[in-house]
Amino acid sequence: MDMKRDYYEDIQLFRTKTVLIASVLSLAALAVLPFMVGGYTLYIVNLIAINAIVAIGLNILVGYTGQISLGHAGFFAIGAYSCVLLMVKGGVPFVIALPAAGLISALFGFLLGLPSLRLEGPYLAIATLGFGMAVTQIISHSEFTGGHMGIEAPRMSFGPFEARTGPQQYAVIMSVAVIMTIAAVNLMKTRVGRAFVAIRDSEIAAEAMGVNLSWFKTLSFAVSAFYTGVAGALMAFALEHVSAGSFNLILSITFLAMVIVGGLGSVMGAIMGAALLTYLQIKLQIVQEAPLIGPFLLEVSKRFFNPAGLANIQSIVFGAIMIAIVIFEPLGMHGIYLRIKRYWRMWPF
Amino acid sequence: MALLSIQELGISFGGLVALSGISLDVEKGCIFSVIGPNGAGKTTLFNCITGIYRPTRGTIRFDGKDLVGKKPYQTAQMGIARTFQNIELFSHLSTMNNLLLGRHIHMKSGVLAGATFLGRSFPAAREECRHRERVERIIEFLEIEAARDAPVAALPYGTRKLVELGRALAMEPSLLLLDEPTAGMNHEEKRDMMFWIRDIRDDFNVTILMIEHDMNLVMDVSDEILALNFGVKLVQGPPEVVQNHPQVLEAYLGEE
Repeated sequence: MDMKRDYYEDIQLFRTKTVLIASVLSLAALAVLPFMVGGYTLYIVNLIAINAIVAIGLNILVGYTGQISLGHAGFFAIGAYSCVLLMVKGGVPFVIALPAAGLISALFGFLLGLPSLRLEGPYLAIATLGFGMAVTQIISHSEFTGGHMGIEAPRMSFGPFEARTGPQQYAVIMSVAVIMTIAAVNLMKTRVGRAFVAIRDSEIAAEAMGVNLSWFKTLSFAVSAFYTGVAGALMAFALEHVSAGSFNLILSITFLAMVIVGGLGSVMGAIMGAALLTYLQIKLQIVQEAPLIGPFLLEVSKRFFNPAGLANIQSIVFGAIMIAIVIFEPLGMHGIYLRIKRYWRMWPF
Repeated sequence: MALLSIQELGISFGGLVALSGISLDVEKGCIFSVIGPNGAGKTTLFNCITGIYRPTRGTIRFDGKDLVGKKPYQTAQMGIARTFQNIELFSHLSTMNNLLLGRHIHMKSGVLAGATFLGRSFPAAREECRHRERVERIIEFLEIEAARDAPVAALPYGTRKLVELGRALAMEPSLLLLDEPTAGMNHEEKRDMMFWIRDIRDDFNVTILMIEHDMNLVMDVSDEILALNFGVKLVQGPPEVVQNHPQVLEAYLGEE
């Protein structure tokens, strides 16, 4: 048990020595990573970082505020296209275009948040679903956004410095991810974050505390969309290309799955969920190369599906892992982490 | 002038008249109780004052300002706090955080300030510490230190009642509405609550409007009592008057 001496210790970033040490170690690991691993691994880590930003943002909305969204691929697309278009057509430097993309996305989030004042649960899910699909449709049919072909993304740059190589891209993406993680952790410990949670736990009591429901619900949508928009912009640079087709419903659902598998209402959980699902998605594409079960799965798919059926196996395994986590630990990976922590605190008893 | 002044208040849901022609004045600094059998319209009265329901007729004036048509969060910002009959806490949050939500209207940090503080000298961090100190004093006053960091869902019923009371106090209201503060409590807890209600009035300088079923407590602690039945006023006056009023006895015990 740590003794607290003042109230700042309740809200500071590194609440205990253990947290401080763990944070410093993981930051150090992230810093040396590009010197240790190859380009492809770094690319996967980039994707994980980007998806983690989305998952944190979506978790603010779903896990903390208790609203739902099936349209986050829409914000992802808006962020990606705004950033690229601002740079290509507007000549705006990257340093300004990136936050601007987030803000544009946040504005759309604010607008989409307005129906959330009247809609709840399944109805809100459908409204946000419609938003996500509409965004993709509009983008893919507009000349301005390059239609179905999409557009090439320029390089990320800071004045004369351009992120050309993998490690340079990694440095930019990971820095943004770390900053946004810290911001989310801070936000959830202060007034606005508390109001979000209050809305989730009891709307009637939140209102009795003077929390303006309309304002904070739309604000939650806006903050969530800001995170997703920034992540979308980073994704455009990681893939060096944006096209409307990739921002589909499956993407929105995958984002939601990251949040639920990771653990609702936890920033750490969102990161873990994003890491696991991103990694699985990529690794399961080559499931036949897995030791022992790989050839077996290949045989199964040849016998029971059509010859191109390995993709089915991939989806089935992916789904099975998600179901297993949600059944055995409703709090997601964050719940598993909490249980391990409790176990070690009591160790060896 | 009375702190809370209600004139000819009426509300009906479809054909059901929940309240009709209710008038009352709550003087500053008094403990005012509302009694009446189940379904008399007591909680409906509270919901009209706090803006959850919009009355069909009549006026409600608080501190000289009109309350009809105000939203619940606006009445809270004007200085009206309440507790609920069936405890409404933020069940996943700790006692500390529940009480800090009571400080919501006194705090200012927005998204940017809240997300970007990096040391104790940042405004958001300073504000947070200042209000935690205030909350700590209320925790001490209600003697719920043991529950400080526990998630409220795990607390026993009586403690949760106190946390809810503490959360309302943290708002530093000028009018405190208590909806059955001792419901489900045992004799001893009820007696403690009675002392607390008096202390709260004196120490926190707040006016109390309370719904309560325990007649001993009501008669002991109230300055003024209003008895309701089927949405109409039976009688209003000091405890000794209400206690022996034939209509009140009839409403509770039935006709002879």
